[in-house]
Amino acid sequence: MTSMTNTAAQLESEADAVAPAPRRRQRESDDDTRKTNWWATALIAVCSLTVLVPLYLAVVVALKTPEQLTNGTGFELPNPIRWENFADAWTRTEFPQALANTALITVGSVVFTLLTSSVVAYALARNIHRPFFKGVFFYLLAALFIPFPIIMLPLVKQTSILGLDNQAGMILLYTIYGLSLNIFIYTAYIRSIPIELEEAARVDGASTWRVFWQIIFPLLMPMNATVGILTCVWAWNDFIMPLVVLTEPSARTLPLAQYVFQGQFNTDYTVAFASYLMAMAPLLIIYIFSQRWVISGVTRGSIK
Amino acid sequence: MTLTQAVRSTAPGKTTPKRAGRTRSEAKRAAPAFYWMVWPAVIAFAAFHTVPVIVGIFFSFTNYAGYGAWNFVGISNYLNLFRDDRVLQAYGFSFLFAIVATILTNAISLAIALGLNAKIKARNFWRGVYFVPYILAILVIGYVFQFFFSNSLPKILAGIPLFRDNILTNDTWAWTAIVVLAVWQGCAFAIIIYLSGLQTIPAEMYEAASLDGASAWRQFRSITFPLIGAFFTINVVLSLKGFLQVFDPIVALTNGGPGTSTESVTLLIFRGGFSGGEFAYQTANAVIFFIVITVVSLFQFRVLQRREADF
Repeated sequence: MTSMTNTAAQLESEADAVAPAPRRRQRESDDDTRKTNWWATALIAVCSLTVLVPLYLAVVVALKTPEQLTNGTGFELPNPIRWENFADAWTRTEFPQALANTALITVGSVVFTLLTSSVVAYALARNIHRPFFKGVFFYLLAALFIPFPIIMLPLVKQTSILGLDNQAGMILLYTIYGLSLNIFIYTAYIRSIPIELEEAARVDGASTWRVFWQIIFPLLMPMNATVGILTCVWAWNDFIMPLVVLTEPSARTLPLAQYVFQGQFNTDYTVAFASYLMAMAPLLIIYIFSQRWVISGVTRGSIK
Repeated sequence: MTLTQAVRSTAPGKTTPKRAGRTRSEAKRAAPAFYWMVWPAVIAFAAFHTVPVIVGIFFSFTNYAGYGAWNFVGISNYLNLFRDDRVLQAYGFSFLFAIVATILTNAISLAIALGLNAKIKARNFWRGVYFVPYILAILVIGYVFQFFFSNSLPKILAGIPLFRDNILTNDTWAWTAIVVLAVWQGCAFAIIIYLSGLQTIPAEMYEAASLDGASAWRQFRSITFPLIGAFFTINVVLSLKGFLQVFDPIVALTNGGPGTSTESVTLLIFRGGFSGGEFAYQTANAVIFFIVITVVSLFQFRVLQRREADF
């Protein structure tokens, strides 16, 4: 458990490059103050092009006129720049509607997930020696093995019967399906919190709920960040669940809107790409400003 | 207990959960509040996860088309699955795709993670760049790849017939384009896991090894790789499980085509179940798929754990 916090600390200290990170290539001396490995730097930089080139392609195509696109490979710089692609995409894909739906579903899922998963995990972690709670823990965990296709077909029947084939239903499903992994992530952390903290509060007459909200929940902030990031990325980018569950066109999420309008764009790639960029931009911009925080959050969730 | 620990604790006889909260009231029942915290979640989970699973298994023994009347047909859905060329082809494609994508993802991620773990300039920046694919919707960035394969590549590599004629429309090779997209995204997460694994290895080990004259390759084989065994296991298991269920990249690139040559099991269940009037039949397919995935995952855990080192 301590190593979990160690990992986070390592990530932080990395910025100062003081961590004596082990390396494969020992070209220089074995001192702690090693010289920069320029070969590795160059290799990493070149390989990162594979990540950046598709994004570059998305940007330049979105700024071109259709004529420029037909005459080139797509990689040329746009000249003149056609901003109207974005305006076209904005109206043709009903972007504001899709953005609002995705934002609503994502925010709703994150909020409900944080409020519910943490409570359940707390109850399970503090009572894991009792058969009932242990049973629940493994019951929820077993679901990690069940692939989505097996519940997909019956689920769609069920959500439409219950009137949950809308944004509210999506929030409910993300909250419930996230439970398995989130409990997994939370319980380990909760068990590392000394029980004496709670006992002091109990002696003062605080109820179990009060203990949780006032003492435990604030201590869970690192794990809340991890669970929040994972849920956010999942709910924002998910395609298959909105595809099968949502029925009303007015409930479409961003990825679903790209799918639906893909057919209508036909060969109108410039407008289509403007639309893709707009769909990817919000999360990408958030990521750029919180990159280190996001990565350390994801790391915490997957490493002991 | 997080993912890497889970790998270790799934070994038979090794499950010894720490009992942190047992100091008091061992014999007594838990406070009622704890039951109130758990029951709603259990009920909701059962209603929206377990019930669909059971309903699905139930209908897999019928001839339900998704609408109208239905009758029990015993196990004939299951028997027909094994005689259905389209189903067998979907499994063949899914496994070929998943194995190749898993190998590539892990090999590339491990190499990149080693590079990022070396002392390089602007390491945090590069680490941030490699993680970008994780936060993009694979369907949306997949459409960018689709344009690249169908419009850019034919012009850039006009000299090679395979690429000139649009690889996505090639019966034999379209699946490789899907591998490229899936690996492109899959690496983002795997790199982060490997990187944090590499950071758990004490530097002294390498110092001792190089004093003994071990080469870089020897150090990797004898120190690095054994010590990140748990991370390797979790990455391989997670990526194979994920890639077997591939859906989004296929929809973005080929939509199963040309013909049904890139149709994965998930895509087949989706198509047959929703628009093909094969609700019961495809549910049976999903049950088989679940068994296959579980067996494959457990088998991997057993095999990979056997040669895992710990320290």
